[in-house]
Amino acid sequence: MTKTKLQAEHIHMVFTRDGKTTSVLNDISLTVAEGEFVCLLGPSGCGKSTLLSTMAGFLSPTSGEVTIDGEAVHGPDPRRIFVFQERGVFPWLTVEGNIAFGLFHLTAAERHQRVAHYIKMVGLEGFEKAYPPALSGGMKQRLEVARALAVNPDMLFLDEPFGALDSITRLVMRGELLRIWEAERKTIIFVTHDIDEAVQLADRVVVMSARPATIQQIVNIDIPHPRDISSARYLELRDGIFQQIGLAHKI
Amino acid sequence: MNSLVEPKKWERFVWPLLATALLLALWHYSVAWTATKIFPSPLDVKKGIAELIRKKVLWPDIIDSLRRVAIGFGAATVIGIPLGLTLGWYPAANQVVNPVLQILRPISPIAWIPIAIILLGVGDHAATSLIFLGALFPIIVACVDGVSNVPSVYRLAGRNFGLGPFRLLTQVVFPAALPKIIVGLRLALGIAWLVVVAAEMIAVDSGLGYLVIDSRNSGKRYDLVVAAMLIIGLIGLILDTGFRRLEKIKSVRWGFRDDS
Repeated sequence: MTKTKLQAEHIHMVFTRDGKTTSVLNDISLTVAEGEFVCLLGPSGCGKSTLLSTMAGFLSPTSGEVTIDGEAVHGPDPRRIFVFQERGVFPWLTVEGNIAFGLFHLTAAERHQRVAHYIKMVGLEGFEKAYPPALSGGMKQRLEVARALAVNPDMLFLDEPFGALDSITRLVMRGELLRIWEAERKTIIFVTHDIDEAVQLADRVVVMSARPATIQQIVNIDIPHPRDISSARYLELRDGIFQQIGLAHKI
Repeated sequence: MNSLVEPKKWERFVWPLLATALLLALWHYSVAWTATKIFPSPLDVKKGIAELIRKKVLWPDIIDSLRRVAIGFGAATVIGIPLGLTLGWYPAANQVVNPVLQILRPISPIAWIPIAIILLGVGDHAATSLIFLGALFPIIVACVDGVSNVPSVYRLAGRNFGLGPFRLLTQVVFPAALPKIIVGLRLALGIAWLVVVAAEMIAVDSGLGYLVIDSRNSGKRYDLVVAAMLIIGLIGLILDTGFRRLEKIKSVRWGFRDDS
């Protein structure tokens, strides 16, 4: 086993609102290795996004601790970037301006070179001076990924990044993300409620229960990339997760 | 007319022109039929404007009014924006100041005239301070509103990239709130233009507001009164149109409905 990147230990999260307490996360423990691609899979509203925000340092757990590279997480950090659904791009900046946003500590020349590199990587050449309202949903999402990669983080947190895209764009984006991940080998934690998406992308799928979220099962996806999504092993793993979540595989 | 159908290019000019012509005609014949000795006809007003231009009073009065608006509105912008941003940024501070703001805000700047004259005397300072007061509150309110409505994803993203409080305010919160701030500034400029006329009728002896009141007082020249009123309306329109161009700047355009 390679080096441990992230460790979540006995994470509990309880929200109090109007005097009512709601337990959202219940004793979550998870270890993620460096360079690993992990999907958090669960029904909508189960608390998987809360877990992701906790790992990213946006929220503090009620009890338990998240450590990254052995250090306790106390807040967000440019070494690990959170990618929201495409809503996270800044509409007042151009494509270039968005990608350069986190690069304020670099010289102009370095910044320019870095921006050009990532514009090319996500295929936004020709749109350097465009503003986000002029971009499609898929392009905005690629832009946000480029902005995240440009600061050279060692981890990415992706919160249902392709959820708002149409199904064709979503498939293309999954391919792009895998290509980028194979090139840069960041540790990726990816939240989704889409079982196929999880099995297509992840090294391991963490199956979570409805609220309060607990980890039901962790499934190793032992299929090398590129994955044949009609292979027997793929279908076997996917159907196993379907059953685990308690869904009949018929409509 | 179906609102979904784009008006043709010629229609956008022809219908408003026709409406204006109709109104002018209505005005003209109303004056003629009622045989009023007081209210001027459009033709009288046109002659009045020509007379003002000939006597070289119109231009200095316009400049005086614009100068007072520029000073009062400028000061309100310079003080209102940082104050509003700060109050929006610290909700606790806003809660402390808000009751006072909400009581001061509905008071018409005109009501301050006696106090302004006692404190600052009759003159430019009284007039500009009234404009300042009139413009200040809409600017503060727009900034507070703009800042507190910045979507949290923008703040979170900004923090994630390692921005400190100052950079977060200048590079995320301010640009995100800018469309709302521009709307507030535009409203404030409109109010400033309303207030300058009122203030000039009482506190000073130059400017378009003074022109209105002086035309009546010195010889009941209602043709000049209406002429000055028309000029005031025209300049107000020009100021507003100019300001609306700011909404077309690309880095704020996302915040406005694209209706062109």
